[in-house]
Amino acid sequence: MGTLPIFVRDHAESQLLSWQRQVEAADRFGVTLAQVEGVALERGILPARYQRNRKALSVTDQLALFHSCVAVIGCGGLGGYVVEELARLGVGRIVIIDPDLFEEHNLNRQLFSTPANLGHSKVEAAVTRVGQINPAVTLVPAQTAFSSKNGAELLHGCLVAVDALDSIQVRLELADVCAGLNIPLVHGAIAGWYGHVTTQYPGDDTLQSIYRSWKGGKGVEEKLGNPSFTPALVASLEVAEVCKLLTGHGTPLRGRQLMIDLFSMEMHVLNIHEGNRETA
Amino acid sequence: MKVTVKLFASFRTGRFDIEAVDYPVGTTVADVADGLKLPRTELGIMMINNRHVKLERVLVEGDTLALFPLLGGG
Repeated sequence: MGTLPIFVRDHAESQLLSWQRQVEAADRFGVTLAQVEGVALERGILPARYQRNRKALSVTDQLALFHSCVAVIGCGGLGGYVVEELARLGVGRIVIIDPDLFEEHNLNRQLFSTPANLGHSKVEAAVTRVGQINPAVTLVPAQTAFSSKNGAELLHGCLVAVDALDSIQVRLELADVCAGLNIPLVHGAIAGWYGHVTTQYPGDDTLQSIYRSWKGGKGVEEKLGNPSFTPALVASLEVAEVCKLLTGHGTPLRGRQLMIDLFSMEMHVLNIHEGNRETA
Repeated sequence: MKVTVKLFASFRTGRFDIEAVDYPVGTTVADVADGLKLPRTELGIMMINNRHVKLERVLVEGDTLALFPLLGGG
């Protein structure tokens, strides 16, 4: 009957293992789909579902993603798209944190919301969705509010945190927790037609700098609302940052803040290095 | 003194994108924001000549001030 590695090798075509064979291997050897994926990638064989990643990411990169754990804090407008894209990309383990249930006003933009799951948990909807689109991904739901008290425990073992929150106060707490854990934080925020993205590395005080004039309460999103396209775009930019951080390729937005204005169709990159600030 | 004021995102609505404005000597960033009826609670990034500044900063002739609203949604 052979072993799992031999099965994977014998059933790969052009170094690709089809989904059908991956499922067959999991059944035959009594292992998870994730374990089959790991065995394949470690032998330079790509699960065929990732074949369109191949020109952008090597099999080694794909293996690095497979072995990665990423935390997504918030499962609303940004978080839904972030989780979807991380799962399709092939990040092996995703921790999703949100205390909320879907409400009708979420339906215009939150990817996992449907009329049928109104009143249901957002993180449970994420589990269902990821189970449908990429069952080789382990999704860890935490239906709780992130804070500086539970943050270190929730993010334990994660290599990167993604900010998909809707509160500036909690964002600043998240930035502190990430600093304490020595992990990078990909930050995104939106309001109406506008958004921004940056990445805080350990030792940087990026979020403190961005929100240095904040005195409490919400940003302009209270006045401007949130249409469907802004979270989708900003979430995609955040996932691109995560992909670079996990694979070590490309240039993340460290010390730079990408400002997005979809109404004027303008994007600006601001220098937010410490040396570029007035301290007085 | 002449100062160039650049507004971004929602601050442009009902105002302008960029304008050269005459201000009295001693004008601060806060004075400009107040004059444009930009609520203090909405002020996010503020830059003079591409360097981050605070509300109390006094402008000088030829400065370019850029103001961005505070975004916090997700």
